[in-house]
Amino acid sequence: MTKVSEYIDHDQHGVSVGIVEKKLFTFAEPPHEMLLESGAKLGPVTIAYETYGELDAGKSNAILVLHALTGDSHVAGYYSPDDPKPGWWDIMVGPGKAIDTDLYFVVCSNILGSCMGSTGPSSINPAANLPYALDFPLVTLGDMVTAQKALLDHLGITRVLSVIGGSLGGMQVLEWTIRYPDMVASAIPLATTTRHSALAIAFNEVARQAIMADPNWNNGDYYAGPKPDLGLALARMIGHITYLSDESMRHKFGRRLQDRMDFSFDFDANFQVESYLHYQGTKFVDRFDANSLLFLTKAADYFDLEYHYGQGSAVAAFAHAKARFLVVSFTSDWLYPTYQSKAMVKAMKKNGLDVSFCEIEAAWGHDAFLLPSERLNTMVKGFLERVYLECQTK
Amino acid sequence: MSTLNVKQNELRFDLRIVASLVAPGSRVLDLGCGEGDLLKFLRDQKQVSGTGVERTETGVAECVAKGLSVIHGDINEEVRDYPDQAFDYVILSQTLQQVYEPDRLIRSLLRIGKKGIVSFPNFSHWRIRLQLLLTGRAPISPQLPYEWYDTPNIRVITIEDFRAFARKTGFRILREVAVRTPNHEQQGSIINLLPNLLATYGIFLIGKDNQP
Repeated sequence: MTKVSEYIDHDQHGVSVGIVEKKLFTFAEPPHEMLLESGAKLGPVTIAYETYGELDAGKSNAILVLHALTGDSHVAGYYSPDDPKPGWWDIMVGPGKAIDTDLYFVVCSNILGSCMGSTGPSSINPAANLPYALDFPLVTLGDMVTAQKALLDHLGITRVLSVIGGSLGGMQVLEWTIRYPDMVASAIPLATTTRHSALAIAFNEVARQAIMADPNWNNGDYYAGPKPDLGLALARMIGHITYLSDESMRHKFGRRLQDRMDFSFDFDANFQVESYLHYQGTKFVDRFDANSLLFLTKAADYFDLEYHYGQGSAVAAFAHAKARFLVVSFTSDWLYPTYQSKAMVKAMKKNGLDVSFCEIEAAWGHDAFLLPSERLNTMVKGFLERVYLECQTK
Repeated sequence: MSTLNVKQNELRFDLRIVASLVAPGSRVLDLGCGEGDLLKFLRDQKQVSGTGVERTETGVAECVAKGLSVIHGDINEEVRDYPDQAFDYVILSQTLQQVYEPDRLIRSLLRIGKKGIVSFPNFSHWRIRLQLLLTGRAPISPQLPYEWYDTPNIRVITIEDFRAFARKTGFRILREVAVRTPNHEQQGSIINLLPNLLATYGIFLIGKDNQP
């Protein structure tokens, strides 16, 4: 459920959308603040976003890509000629790729509550001229989608060809199809769920507790002093375990030792898996805000389509949707296992929705949706081309 | 007996017969749709809005890549989720001989579809009869190319058996087409004389008993 930057690499064929630019869109200026699902008001709201490709004259070729928990708006391309890494889904988005920027106008925005350019707990609260910290309201997936809708309005897009995303991005995809059914022609939710299981909530809660147990966290008020790096790194280590699988960890690490022949008989990281998790944790604190992780994981836990739209029934919830769906799960994903995708597919079928579903055999756990997969590529490409063709002839 | 050549497209002969039974513009569910050849043909040639169910990941991926709708799963389970009469036709092509509970599946098929199209290799073709008679071993034919120990076909069905099955289970055979595919599965002809003896495949359009 993350931007796994360790996997991001240059396109092997050197194909890229090129140099891209992060843009900002600000709305909900007081006194016209955004009304959140919790009843709280928030404004002004800034959304960081990027676009790739050209919007056609009829504004009919837009695709909205939605990122996962700790991702950002930088889906593809490079910020400068010497940028070492492309965006997080460069393998999927670009000229001639599955999400073809020669055909489509691709939009991705950083979610509300994040720290990658959009308004979140680390943003300045204009009322106090200080970072919001815990004064930031608890935003929901629905609020994030509402903010994305405001961005599309701003761009003059009234209907998108597709909304696409994995993990927390997939949850937003589902939310989009139910909240704004007339705005989405199709939807591709990957490795996702209609609501968090107890297992997913449990891991998130341990991650939050790790942050809040760090004395530097200081009830969220740490922006002027030392940051809760230890807690945040620990939270990230926990998260990373859920993104892998027993099988992928066995292949990747086994019981191999890191830079040594034998145990050190102390509590240093001896095993490769330990040193890997330490590395992921340490690297994460440089780019992510601890409070943001608290807010975003809580939003993920609160997400419940059945409860919000169907009085507990997935069938009733999807009765609102109209999009054509392509649902994809991965065999070794234990964070959002296949049975959760199957349940949403079942509800879609019962509503007579046009749905395709594929469970891809993959050893790499939840992370699989971000890894290069010829199978996923060809499916996304074929699915989108069909939707594009039908929208053109309509 | 008219030999039909299918050079203009690559659809298998028996699937062409199946397609000919489908009215243009209808809603179709193809159970065990493979790589979606039939669904694609129906979509492109007959403006059919179709969806498939397929067990293999490769088949599913091929279908989606072609822009077809398909569900990755087991046909016996997947048929349960569709509303009553959700389709004009539910197709079960070359799969009945692999189904564990055929009567139950046929009932589901006629619940979710107004009509069903069922096809299977005819086990009473004269070559098969002769093989069993002369060699005394489990027959192997181009339509049923497996040894007894590695076959996915857990049932042997004949055209005559299927007629009896219809009477017993209580569904109607609306149309029956027997075909012969002598050399290559791409080509074939329709059999009108002694189908149970001469046909390699039986293709049936079926409906509920009370249906006109």
